[in-house]
Amino acid sequence: MAHFTKATSMHDWLNQRLGVDTLNRVLATEYWIPKNINFLWAMGMILAITFGILLVSGIFLLMYYQPNVNLAFDSVNYTIMQEVGYGWLWRHVHGVAASVVFLIIYIHMFTGIYYGSYKKGREMIWISGMLLFVAFSAEAFSGYMLPWGQMSYWAGMVITNLFSGGSLHADGLVEWIRGDYVPAQAYLNRFFMLHVLLIPVAIMGLIGLHFGALRIPHVNNQDGEEIDFDVESKKYLAGDTKNSKVIRFMNDFLAKDMMVVGIYLVFFFYLVFFHYDFAMDPVNFDPADGLKTPTHIYPEWYFLWSYEILRPFSTNVGLIAFAFAQVIFVMLPFLDRSPNTVPASRRGLFKYWFWAMLIDMIVLTAMGKVPPIEPFGTIGFYAALTFIGLWIALPFITKFEKKV
Amino acid sequence: MKELFILAIVTTFTLVTYYLVEPFAHSHMHKHHESEHFAYKDLPALTKKGDVARGKDLVMGAGACTGCHGIKVAGLSAPMDAVSSAAAYGVNPPDLSNVGVVFDPKFLASVINNPAHALMLEHKYNAKSGKTFPMPQFYGAGGDKSQEVADMVAYLQSIAVPEEKLTPNMAFETACGRCHAIHYEYNLNGKMHPAWTQIGETPKFKHTQDKLAFEMNVANYNDSLIKYLGKLPPDLSMYIRSRGEHFISTFVENPQQYLKGTAMPRVGVTAEAAEKVITHLQDVGDSKRHKRESVGKNVMIYIIIFAIFAILWKKQVWKELH
Repeated sequence: MAHFTKATSMHDWLNQRLGVDTLNRVLATEYWIPKNINFLWAMGMILAITFGILLVSGIFLLMYYQPNVNLAFDSVNYTIMQEVGYGWLWRHVHGVAASVVFLIIYIHMFTGIYYGSYKKGREMIWISGMLLFVAFSAEAFSGYMLPWGQMSYWAGMVITNLFSGGSLHADGLVEWIRGDYVPAQAYLNRFFMLHVLLIPVAIMGLIGLHFGALRIPHVNNQDGEEIDFDVESKKYLAGDTKNSKVIRFMNDFLAKDMMVVGIYLVFFFYLVFFHYDFAMDPVNFDPADGLKTPTHIYPEWYFLWSYEILRPFSTNVGLIAFAFAQVIFVMLPFLDRSPNTVPASRRGLFKYWFWAMLIDMIVLTAMGKVPPIEPFGTIGFYAALTFIGLWIALPFITKFEKKV
Repeated sequence: MKELFILAIVTTFTLVTYYLVEPFAHSHMHKHHESEHFAYKDLPALTKKGDVARGKDLVMGAGACTGCHGIKVAGLSAPMDAVSSAAAYGVNPPDLSNVGVVFDPKFLASVINNPAHALMLEHKYNAKSGKTFPMPQFYGAGGDKSQEVADMVAYLQSIAVPEEKLTPNMAFETACGRCHAIHYEYNLNGKMHPAWTQIGETPKFKHTQDKLAFEMNVANYNDSLIKYLGKLPPDLSMYIRSRGEHFISTFVENPQQYLKGTAMPRVGVTAEAAEKVITHLQDVGDSKRHKRESVGKNVMIYIIIFAIFAILWKKQVWKELH
């Protein structure tokens, strides 16, 4: 057992038992971050804060929500939105945050792709990040079921149907997932459980893994420069903060993070109070009705690109393309054969690959929402082919990339 | 500078994506209909000036309006209760107390002259189908028919509450409430209002028997409605969020342009009454809208101050680093 002395202060008392000084040093004051970064490096903090907002608002909503097919819709739209003090605020915050979190995730992802932050020891950061993306997607989908509106019901119907695997006709699997022949009480209950317990717990675990994965390879920087963190941190600690290439996590990096977070929150709360419709589809304000299919069924905007990879093909081909789209991003560190960890702008063909991928995904997103009429059907079809083609081309164009 | 350039790129791609999935996609999903401003241009204008006293005689006369309609303000209740009326006619004929203020005078005159035409239900009631609209046409009381119609309209206008006294829920009850329920209670200026059924406000019950009897009446009434219209018209509790203001007002003005062949009649409300119906739907389905705006302003001020402090803190910390 360790030797304890009479504490001289509250701080000392805690320090002897928890090692708060060491913790503070390791996690904050001597956790070194490169100085050469821009505001895109704050997206992680924005995501953490948005997740916090989702968690807190979700806890408030959970106190009044009723996971029952007869009560769910009114518990959201009447009890929470009208009876409970500020219930409307929590719901709008939760709904808007659920949508905005994906915007930030995509910015975060494309930042990583642009700067090559998934390479040379940073593979686990990328993989844990993609697992987080999958978990957030499942969280968003299960949460979308809960108001039990028309879009909840029919999106649930469509997405669970995917598990029948087209010609495989695995209808038993679909029934097993639903707990019924159609989305009903058993279905709502299990998605409620997934949304408020299992997936959030998984997300929190994955966030821990994601942070942990950063520790050894360190955060990347704007020029992909390999920094000797030992040398640079010594320089910093010796007082040469201006010439050191690294900064402390706290307060240096945090101060910049909070500046970006502050500006982000202005944007976020503007959406919550004055422009929330994009995140709260009007169709879902009609109660679920299994006998009335809505004219248009479409997922929320952040799933549209993968939906459009499914839609333009015949059932089986579409499902295979869809499955491909779901897993391919995880493989990025292994499909990129280039030795360079530098911004895409300095990487030859990859530069074009990056912008083509970004634009193609925006085109897919747009085509995933409009009705499948011409010319949208054709545009969507070629955009889906382009998506697949770009991934197939990636190992080849990166293999022949010149070392910079 | 470089950061601003990056921000500009991120913002541009975000806005383009937003434009494509919201305004652009929605313009391809829903037909847009411009408001006709409740002008009812297809209906003939009233040319004659009505006489209230003669109009009263015509409305109250034997075999005239009061044979089916009640006029509560004149102390006349309907000959039958709502449930029996609906069983007989399909839907309960409206009480005429406030029709003079809720409905457009041109429309009222057209309803008296030819209800199926005014209500845009001729696809349902015509010679081919052999069906006639439950309310008979007015064939004239022996004098100048257009004068007589103008007189009746004048009388109905004279007994209605003045425009400024017509509350949003009165407008809703007269225009929509015999077919549409609103099962949400609502709090207006601190006072709770009961849920609305097609046969009126849900009373407070002391005895279960009374509650069950009331529910039985609603169910019977709605059965008649279903027979009459093909399906039960939707509950409008959340319509302000599911359809929005523009859709509701342009739909009410001319339901056929959205849903060709629908059993929903043109309701013929004035522009002012339509606005009141919308306000009522907001009071019920978006009751916290004023609070949202006021809280929103305060939160924005707070968060802007927070952002300013965050920027200042960053400047201070990074002074040592550059």
